[in-house]
Amino acid sequence: MTDVDGAAQRRSAVRVVPPARPRKLAKVPFVELADGRLQGVVSSGSDIERVYVSSVTSGTHAYHCSTNNNRPCGGLRGTPCKHLHALADEAVLQYGVDRVVRYLRVEADDEVQTGAQLMSRLDARHEPTSAAVVFSRFLRHLAYLELPGGTTPTPELHWFPATGAGR
Amino acid sequence: MLGTHLTALHDGDPAGLADALDVAAGFDDALTRGLARVGETDAAALAALAGAVAATPLADRVAEAVGKVTAGSVAEEHLAVLAGARTALFGAAHDALLARLDAALGRERRPWTPATATGPTEVTADPAGARAWLHELAVTGWRGVDHELLAAADAPIESALATLGTRRLAVLLDGLAAELRACVPVATMPQVPSRRWADLWSRGMLLAQAGPVTPGAVEPVSGRLLPLAVDVHEHDTAVQVQLHAVLEPTDGSPARLVRTAVSAAKVDTISGPALWQLLHAHPVLLTALAERRAVTVDDLPLHGADLLWHDDAVRPGEPADPFATARVLLPAAVASAAPPLDRHPAVLAEPVLLEGYTVHDTDGGLELELDGQRIAVAVDRLPSCGPVTPELVAGSSACLGLARWDAGRWLVQPVAVRSTVKRKVVEVHNGDWACGVTDPKVAKAEARSGDVVAVLRERAGRLLRR
Repeated sequence: MTDVDGAAQRRSAVRVVPPARPRKLAKVPFVELADGRLQGVVSSGSDIERVYVSSVTSGTHAYHCSTNNNRPCGGLRGTPCKHLHALADEAVLQYGVDRVVRYLRVEADDEVQTGAQLMSRLDARHEPTSAAVVFSRFLRHLAYLELPGGTTPTPELHWFPATGAGR
Repeated sequence: MLGTHLTALHDGDPAGLADALDVAAGFDDALTRGLARVGETDAAALAALAGAVAATPLADRVAEAVGKVTAGSVAEEHLAVLAGARTALFGAAHDALLARLDAALGRERRPWTPATATGPTEVTADPAGARAWLHELAVTGWRGVDHELLAAADAPIESALATLGTRRLAVLLDGLAAELRACVPVATMPQVPSRRWADLWSRGMLLAQAGPVTPGAVEPVSGRLLPLAVDVHEHDTAVQVQLHAVLEPTDGSPARLVRTAVSAAKVDTISGPALWQLLHAHPVLLTALAERRAVTVDDLPLHGADLLWHDDAVRPGEPADPFATARVLLPAAVASAAPPLDRHPAVLAEPVLLEGYTVHDTDGGLELELDGQRIAVAVDRLPSCGPVTPELVAGSSACLGLARWDAGRWLVQPVAVRSTVKRKVVEVHNGDWACGVTDPKVAKAEARSGDVVAVLRERAGRLLRR
């Protein structure tokens, strides 16, 4: 037995991760903290068929942005492009600034409240990464919407109560 | 529910409950550290688990598994047996707690019955990948979980999602993996939710076994379904709405306490009232919830307490007040036992009606007091897709809820309340917004984030089929 004796240890139905906060999805349909990166997909402002894949690596803060076909983003000229800024803004909306700061391991004080402030604290440099992994995670994400629903009860979901009333 | 009911409910713990939970906690700590190298403490905990089931048919297999795992040979089959032993402990805890609740409320319950005629056994895919991942988790321990181990969950989850018959497993693993992902590195967490994760791990391990499970008996039922309580479950990629209701069978047999569930896959950015849009395939159900109507059901299959919903076999009926149903029909309605493998205190959700209480706002949260007896309110189980808020509960005079048990105490999860707002008595129910938000202020806030479901569907339509 550990000597940590919190009630949380003995609870079955505890919401460990706060649910994503509501935000508009039109500009940045996909944001996640996964694979050691803040990563996501940003819709192109000019071409409805095109999306950009943007990412910032936790710890090293290496960033990259390219189209889903791996063509580098023209906005990357030694500094993060507008897609990366949009990604940071939406991540802060979705997860709250604390969680993003902790995940990216940014040295931030209380003054960091927005995505722009977060980006300014990054000791960032550009480092190309493949868009394929993130883009396929986005497609997998979208594929959930195509899964059929069901009427067979899933008792396991009692461990996952819906929460957040009146927020 | 009266003060006397609460007194009976709180009259000491059922015999053996604390011991059983201590044994489980020892196992859960072992799982936190991982079974790669079993130290002295964990060896003792595993031995205690074997001891706890020594008088059951599991005895020999668990003793063998504990011996092997302690000696450092951690095979999948041994882990499955350990998961089975832990599940048996919580199943027994569930039965003891539910027996206490039933006795307190005077609720009659039909036992679970296996199906008599065994139909053709469905051959489902063997979720070997899921078992291997759960094996890896147990060996590593929660403290050792990293990005790499979590990335290895993607393939088994995807395959379980795509296969008929393993959806439950997929939904469970997806919820667990997302939670672990958000907690990485787990090693730096001050506290690990060890019971919860061990619950999910054990359940996953059993769901990932290939063999057939004895199905329960199914009876076709027809009659009038009177809604009581809407319970909403949600994680990043799944939502389930479970309706508890009283069924008045057409054949004149006693009223039954039943429930029916509908679910949909989703993504994390769809939450709040938008969740209802994902359940549009069940318009009769949604309308009945939003308009508080009864439903006429025709020949629907009833598995124990679970009525399998089919929108084609139901018709909306006349208006029906859930508070009236709870007052008049609930006390005599006959409940049904859950399938054996599903039993766990966390699935206890028994509809109850509380009236004439006083509300206390304590450090530990809201509590309702009836005749000097108090019960805690599970305010963190109020869903964002419904209108019931902690404030409405705090100002309420009557409450329809689900009796729950977690972390050693009974709680009531409000699903509907009668409150006084601006000197007017209002009733609000979890399902009120099933056909759209009825509160203009909330509707306006919702409109600000736009139609998230439509945006994602558009993106899916444009990008998925390339």
